[in-house]
Amino acid sequence: MRRDVGFLATGVLPHLALVPVWAWAWTFADRTGQWIPALLVAAPLVVLGAPLLTAAQRARHRVLLGVDVAPTAPTAADRTSWAAAARRLPGRLSAAQTWRRVGYHLLLGPLLAAAESLVLTAAAAGLAGATSYGWAWAVPAQARQSRLGYAAQLPCYTLGGLLLLGALPWLAGAAARGESRAAAALLGPGRSERLRRLQQRVDHLAESRTGLIEAVDAERRRIERDLHDGTQQRLVSLAVNLGLVLATTPDLPDGARAAVAEAHLEAKQAIAELNDLVRGLHPAVLEDRGLDAALSGLAARLPLPVRLRVELDARVPPGVESVAYFVVSEALANVIKHAGATRTEVTVRQVGALLRVNVTDDGLGGADPSAGTGLGGLAKRVGAVDGAFHVSSPVGGPTTVTAELPCAR
Amino acid sequence: MRAVIAEDSVLLRVGLVKVLEMGGFQVVAEAGDATALLAAVERHRPELALVDVRMPPSFTDEGVRAALEIRRSRPGTAVVLLSQYVEERYAADLLSADTSGVGYLLKQRVADVTEFVETVRRVAGGGTALDPQVVAQLLLRRSNDPLERLTPRERDVLALMAEGHSNTGIAESLTISESAVAKHINNIFAKLDLPVADTGHRRVLAVLRFLGTSRS
Repeated sequence: MRRDVGFLATGVLPHLALVPVWAWAWTFADRTGQWIPALLVAAPLVVLGAPLLTAAQRARHRVLLGVDVAPTAPTAADRTSWAAAARRLPGRLSAAQTWRRVGYHLLLGPLLAAAESLVLTAAAAGLAGATSYGWAWAVPAQARQSRLGYAAQLPCYTLGGLLLLGALPWLAGAAARGESRAAAALLGPGRSERLRRLQQRVDHLAESRTGLIEAVDAERRRIERDLHDGTQQRLVSLAVNLGLVLATTPDLPDGARAAVAEAHLEAKQAIAELNDLVRGLHPAVLEDRGLDAALSGLAARLPLPVRLRVELDARVPPGVESVAYFVVSEALANVIKHAGATRTEVTVRQVGALLRVNVTDDGLGGADPSAGTGLGGLAKRVGAVDGAFHVSSPVGGPTTVTAELPCAR
Repeated sequence: MRAVIAEDSVLLRVGLVKVLEMGGFQVVAEAGDATALLAAVERHRPELALVDVRMPPSFTDEGVRAALEIRRSRPGTAVVLLSQYVEERYAADLLSADTSGVGYLLKQRVADVTEFVETVRRVAGGGTALDPQVVAQLLLRRSNDPLERLTPRERDVLALMAEGHSNTGIAESLTISESAVAKHINNIFAKLDLPVADTGHRRVLAVLRFLGTSRS
């Protein structure tokens, strides 16, 4: 309450700041009949005073009420130079926000000042009434008896004062809220300005999200390249050398031969595992030949039959290809791990500006995207490119995973 | 026999040289990219080129393109492509031009040195060798084509044919008699509608048909 009252108290003077200006102009014009000089003096004062008062009000709202009245036009550009500011002056004068501001200070200001004074008066009156017994003691006993009607009136004053003080938090709060709402509406950005800013923010977010997705994609490619050029080749080389030992030294002691053969086998298994892992990151053939080729390679390494249909007239953007590949690869990995299926079907087709990816299996069903399987990650990856992701998996099957990815160029 | 090797990983190149030399080949040149490979083939006219699919500068399918170029300019050169991952699309590219004297294998097959050397010799002698992984995929994929009409045993036989095995080799792998293999092969030819006249090439055509089904 104290905060609200303090806030209201500091509002009276700035709200009345322009009253002398227009009061003077009014009386001057009324007395002399010369409206033009009156306007010539008053108008610049109002136009120059409005931004200052706006800044003062904004600071007052922020410091005393903790409310941020959003600034209007981008202020950074305003400060570039006086010449630029002057060039923008006509535009600013005709802008709706300028008039909303002037209206706030010129017309609403005195009304707000009146409301503030009312609340402050109520506070003072309430305080005076509530403490009326104290005041009464200061008055000579005779006056107290005859004027104040000691017995009858003082209890009424006290009660009235207490009631006023009780209502004060509500009154002050309502007044402060009303005032900050008016300030936000008239000093803050207008509807079109807010929409424009929101749009800017959406654009910016979309841009930074695209950037992030591309960065992640580039990172996957880099890791794939590094592993391919480094670790994989070393492992293959190791396996080849072990194979050479086995093939060229027939007189190895039995124990040594067994150890080398074991190492040879291990190396080959490590290569196979690493291949699966690396290919899941971003296969080179995807970049090179597109989805159909990459997906058929993917299907090749699955231990169950995959019926694959890719109906595309042309390549889709690389980002979409990458997500589509990821969806199929993860969905098929899930099928292998959890579904107990005997066959799966993958279709990829372009429907208008959408790439529709469908993975169906004849497994157990009951897959739950929220249960922490790979499906949740898939939904996020699809969502990141504004795609739609859907899983239908009744208990008993079949499970169908669908992703629709926007792919307009 | 003379061979050139194109492989950008030096470590692996050394291993490949050793394996080929163990197999009785004479490695006359080593290249780190497709351009150097083509130059080496022009210069040395080898019987065999062992080529990595993914090489500088773009690290995608340089090896496939170089192999096609070699098949075009020096048809007598046998080419074996090696790759970390075998892609059926690359296999189809390679075999659509000519099926004799080409091979396409996973790099890790090199580790089984003896079998690898045998496979390479077969290709150098005009045979075909596809990695079992490609073959497996081609059998799994897309239905409603003539391959659907084959029995599982006929599919096994066709797969081994695609991998480049002779009738004897197929009979051994499947532990059946050679005459049974011949019977299966004749059934395959019939079911795939391959002309009887072309006896010499029917084996190759069957493999091609097999690959053709993968091309959409």
